Amino acid sequence: MSLSLITNNIRKSYNGDEVLKDCSLSFNERGIYILTGPNGSGKSTLLRICSLLEQPDSGEITFFSGGEEAEKDLNLRRRISLVLPRVGVFNTTVFRNVAYGLTIRGIRGEEAESRVLQALDFVGLAHKRDQAALSLSSGETRRLGLARALIIEPEILFLDEPTASVDQRNCAMIEEGISEMKAKGAITIIMTTHDQKQAERLADKLLVITDGKTTTLR
Amino acid sequence: MRGAAEIVAHCRVKAPTPVHMDSLIQAFEKAIVLILNFDSELLGIIWLSLKVSGAALIIATMAGLPLGVLLGLRKVPFKGIVVSLLNTFMGLPPVVVGLFVYLLLSRSGPLGFLALLYTPSAMVIAQVILAFPIVASLSHSAIVSVDPVIRQASITLGATPVQVSRAVVKEARYGIMSALIAAFGRVMAEVGAILIVGGNIAGYTRVMTTTIALETDKGNFELALSLGIILLAISLAINSVVHNIQKKGMVGTGR
Repeated sequence: MSLSLITNNIRKSYNGDEVLKDCSLSFNERGIYILTGPNGSGKSTLLRICSLLEQPDSGEITFFSGGEEAEKDLNLRRRISLVLPRVGVFNTTVFRNVAYGLTIRGIRGEEAESRVLQALDFVGLAHKRDQAALSLSSGETRRLGLARALIIEPEILFLDEPTASVDQRNCAMIEEGISEMKAKGAITIIMTTHDQKQAERLADKLLVITDGKTTTLR
Repeated sequence: MRGAAEIVAHCRVKAPTPVHMDSLIQAFEKAIVLILNFDSELLGIIWLSLKVSGAALIIATMAGLPLGVLLGLRKVPFKGIVVSLLNTFMGLPPVVVGLFVYLLLSRSGPLGFLALLYTPSAMVIAQVILAFPIVASLSHSAIVSVDPVIRQASITLGATPVQVSRAVVKEARYGIMSALIAAFGRVMAEVGAILIVGGNIAGYTRVMTTTIALETDKGNFELALSLGIILLAISLAINSVVHNIQKKGMVGTGR
């Protein structure tokens, strides 16, 4: 059953400053949605709200699973994931960081190990599995974040600026990973980026947020 | 009515035993011999010290750590007041704690029926009171200083509220360890409270710090010095272990 998402008149303010104004969007097809827009336009806020990390001041987010409205419970939260711009690396090894999503779902042992290695291999970090995760470079940390989210096989994956302040090599690896995920088919990726060219390269649907409102470009 | 001379005699402070450099070196040498010979009296005193302070730390941790975690992770009514009180109690004077526990446990006190005064248990109680605010307050500080992004990352990966809390506490583990060491250091070095409630009974409630105080008073510097050296060595060993663990744990900055 595929998962889709609709936002309806989302509003969000921080300290009286309105970041999102009547934001209505629908993410109902597989593929890559890219949100672009200037700094402070509300891209990250929208992603945090859609991924259920934050509540909107008003408006609604509705998830549909197989055409029926899905309840916003733990079960639904476990079908989606958000990779934050500051990944939030746990102070342990690379392996354990990536295994976290499986551990909290009670998946351990050989199955967990093989899935972690697969995910690490996917982002090119297999050789660093036993390294302290906090010692990774910023590009590697982003890739770790991607692997950590991918391992739980989310149906909707939110990526907040996955390549910001990352060198070209890491950027290319992350982009390649995103394209490969899409090629596998069973995922909707909703990501924000500053990089207009990257947006053009990756997007199936391109959305622009300006002044807290969205416009669909293509 | 007492005469003035009697009062003066009563109040006169005992003249300190004179110490010369030579006798100090001699005492130091004898202290080393005592340590190297594994003197049974010395070992008994060390063992009791570790037992009392260890038990106090375990009990204080069992009560203080959950409180620190609760204050650090949840919205608790009067949180600010509780944290301020804990911070204040971190500096409790041991003699005041000793006096309080003494009054509580003395025969006419509310817990007198337990007959715990002048027992190792009374010393443990006094040390728990000293260690508890340190464990709770420093654990709370360690938890609130964990980067909020850890909590968010855990949520976005599908953690339940309990799993999120566990992830945050795990990140604070080095800070929590420091809290426990600080508390252990405080109770191991403390003398005022256990002297009042333990009574410094040889072979029963005599621990390192009270022995040092007593033996110094008697001019028996060998035992006092050897215990002082051991106390320092224990403190150094624990701090080195913790320092190494922390160094291993702090390999980078939060990302």
